[in-house]
Amino acid sequence: MKTAAILDQRQAQIFRKGKDTGSIDCNKDSLAGAVSQRACVFCGSRVVLYPIADALHLVHGPIGCAVYTWDIRGALSSGPELHRLSFSTDLQELDVIFGGEKKLEKALDELIDRHQPKAAFVYSTCIVGLIGDDLEAVCKMMAAKKNIPVLPVQSEGFKGNKRAGYRAACKAMGELVGTGDISNISRYSINILGDFNLAGEIWLIRQYFEKIGVEVVANITGDGRVDDIRRSHGASLNVVQCSGATMDLADMMSVKYGIPSLRVSYFGVEDMAEALYSVTEHFNDARLVENARNLVKEEVEKLTPELKRYKTALQGKKAAIYVGGAFKAFSLVKAFRLIGMEVVMVGSQTGTPEDYIELEEITDEGTIIVDDANPLELSAFLKEKEVDLFVGGVKERPIAYKLGVAFCDHNHERKEMLAGFEGMLNFAREVYSSVMSPVWNFVPRRTEEK
Amino acid sequence: MSANYTSTTNACKLCRPLGASLAFRGIEGCVPFLHGSQGCATYMRRYIISHFNEPIDIASSALGEKQAVYGGAANLKLGLVNVTSKYAPQLIGVATTCLTETIGDDVAHILKEYREEFDTEDSPTIIEVSTPSYAGTHMEGFHGAVKAAVEQLSEVAPANDSVNLLSGFISAADIRYLREVFEEMGTDCTLLPDYSDTLDGPALDDYPLIPKGGTPISAIRSMSGARATIELGSTLPRDTAGTFLQQRHKTPLLQTDLPIGIRLTDTFFQTVKTVTGLDLPARHTAARGRLVDAMVDGHKYIFGKRAVIYGEEDIVVGLASFLAEIGIQPVLCASGGKSGAFKQAVTSVVAGMTEEAPIVMENVDFYDIEEMVQSLEVDLLVGHSKGYSFARQHNIPLIRVGFPIHDRVGGQRLLHLGYQGAQQLFDTIANSVIAHKQDTSPVGYSYM
Repeated sequence: MKTAAILDQRQAQIFRKGKDTGSIDCNKDSLAGAVSQRACVFCGSRVVLYPIADALHLVHGPIGCAVYTWDIRGALSSGPELHRLSFSTDLQELDVIFGGEKKLEKALDELIDRHQPKAAFVYSTCIVGLIGDDLEAVCKMMAAKKNIPVLPVQSEGFKGNKRAGYRAACKAMGELVGTGDISNISRYSINILGDFNLAGEIWLIRQYFEKIGVEVVANITGDGRVDDIRRSHGASLNVVQCSGATMDLADMMSVKYGIPSLRVSYFGVEDMAEALYSVTEHFNDARLVENARNLVKEEVEKLTPELKRYKTALQGKKAAIYVGGAFKAFSLVKAFRLIGMEVVMVGSQTGTPEDYIELEEITDEGTIIVDDANPLELSAFLKEKEVDLFVGGVKERPIAYKLGVAFCDHNHERKEMLAGFEGMLNFAREVYSSVMSPVWNFVPRRTEEK
Repeated sequence: MSANYTSTTNACKLCRPLGASLAFRGIEGCVPFLHGSQGCATYMRRYIISHFNEPIDIASSALGEKQAVYGGAANLKLGLVNVTSKYAPQLIGVATTCLTETIGDDVAHILKEYREEFDTEDSPTIIEVSTPSYAGTHMEGFHGAVKAAVEQLSEVAPANDSVNLLSGFISAADIRYLREVFEEMGTDCTLLPDYSDTLDGPALDDYPLIPKGGTPISAIRSMSGARATIELGSTLPRDTAGTFLQQRHKTPLLQTDLPIGIRLTDTFFQTVKTVTGLDLPARHTAARGRLVDAMVDGHKYIFGKRAVIYGEEDIVVGLASFLAEIGIQPVLCASGGKSGAFKQAVTSVVAGMTEEAPIVMENVDFYDIEEMVQSLEVDLLVGHSKGYSFARQHNIPLIRVGFPIHDRVGGQRLLHLGYQGAQQLFDTIANSVIAHKQDTSPVGYSYM
């Protein structure tokens, strides 16, 4: 029987620049049976809130949802590490029949007593949405009893895709914002939104901002703290990274507190520099602008000679990108260009129409642009484009490796800092160390070449 | 979750559909399919990939809000059509999730409708298993999927000389080992499930639609005619694939523990002999001899060490038996499972071999284990990689076994079974103890 790597219903979500016209279809539910690389609403909420290190994160549901997200993201904390534990109400058959509210109440009671968290997030899962537990009422009651914020996160897995989960997470955080003391905050102050401190990245970014004279009020959410988020409305500007994971919170803060926001990326030399410039320009202070220029100059001078070495080796190699949010893809396209590599495929799980228009603008002719892809499509594209290196997350890694293609992990589990100027060098080094490895001499793809 | 607490912290179990997905991956030409929300399939893929470092495509009916209200039948059917046209599978193994169990989708009925609507000559066979995440662990899912495959695929087959081997959840290396045992004896063996190739395959030029390998469907169809079924596990559910074959087809059934360590491997080979009439191949006699010799050589370094063993009940039972044989005291045997048979099984395999009776705890999480360990002196942890944070905190060596192993390469290649498996375990354990002593010694001797 003949098989199709690309299902008919999926054709509109694939775009070849220079060949196809019109716009790419996106932001829709995953097709049944297509083996999407996406997760669910719960996943969206969980990844956004997870790095808040002094909060209790209780998953209200059966054990799977909690166990598959236990210490899942390499989000580092400089202090408490409560976020690295996996808490669940572990719902059983009887709870499903009679309701899980009592169990939730008891679980919160014992866990809050045990860990003394600054706040608790209670995640709803598929099943809770079905059995009709009143999460809000239980949270409200426990908040009063324990005298800490207990926040429901309405993240039932089936109620949309990851983006809906981002919204639910932002809504929960929104309850915290505005409840802390905002005295003694500089007028040159920001919140960092949408960096999750993988491998310690937010420490580096904070350092850059502090060096140029900008105060960081709250990390949202990498190395995050409940008390910082409570006073984050005292900042003058929200600096938002990532494709919309925390944009909803910035929008909410703009409406409620009149705080403007900027979208940035800390990945790659160009975007990192641009992020610092746009923040200092926003404050319109000559001293800050000058500081930013000096910092960028200093960092780029350090970086350039080493990058050159990698560029020489990697010149003309072909890269494919498949990431969660499209914003990261923009930066990656530029970063690959900086090290001489050519991007031949780029896709994301949750891109918006605007994201894909931008991707089309910044990529070369013939590039494949894809929304919500799956293993068979991705592997077909890797082969068709004779890709040398694939960048993605854990689920993409075995696709690349199985086919003898080098790989760079740009997702939750990486242990190397890839943001900032230093991160660019790490990125180049990681790409280099995979692409140049002698192991590819032995894979069928190379040994069976005619 | 123990009796003392309501909440679970750092669970020592996984959810039921994960076990079913793994088992279905071990059948030739099969695509595992989860009827539920998209996230379940993706999370489980990620969890499995991080252990095996292999692709595993698990399809999903990707239900949304509308389907949760009106039922998931249409999405399930669409998903099956799409999987069929993309993967051309011989078999699709549908497992339910808590979502579809709770909304009450009648999967058997939906599949009946589906067959009426879509069946053509080259349509794949579809089997289904109920795996609500809120009842049982991944082990119930695993055994349930194996049972479903046998129930729904096996036919009345003519008597044949082969042996059915239902091996339980073991590593890819373990499966290869068992296959070799029967190959050496020249006995046909239907080993179910067999993911030794599908989840530990070679580098390829083309991404496989479905990886090669797995138990052939034709072999499953004729399992009823086998001379006997050997089913491995100490805490098996009451109704299994083995009991089904026995009751429905009168296929003789022999249930025995996982062959971990000397005595349980002896028992296993005895069982094989009962079924086939064949003696142990010479290679294994030699391996047993070397193992005993190695145990003698190394016994002093490990005697009296105190170990905590955790993980799935069956593997813990096997490891407790082996540790007891080499003079290590299993002080605590713990599992997130709750078969009800765990305590009895551990007690019986260590009887007469240890100074103290181990504490045996079922239905526990890592919080319970850690709390319990405070009052016990412990030298070693033996279990999967999720015990690492605890091992690190208390500076206790962790011997990685079973599933998952997310922080090392090669988890799928760990051999636990047979005399060879015991040999590897012994060397690893003895060397960990020796290394720990060497590393923490002020002298740092270069001899043991």
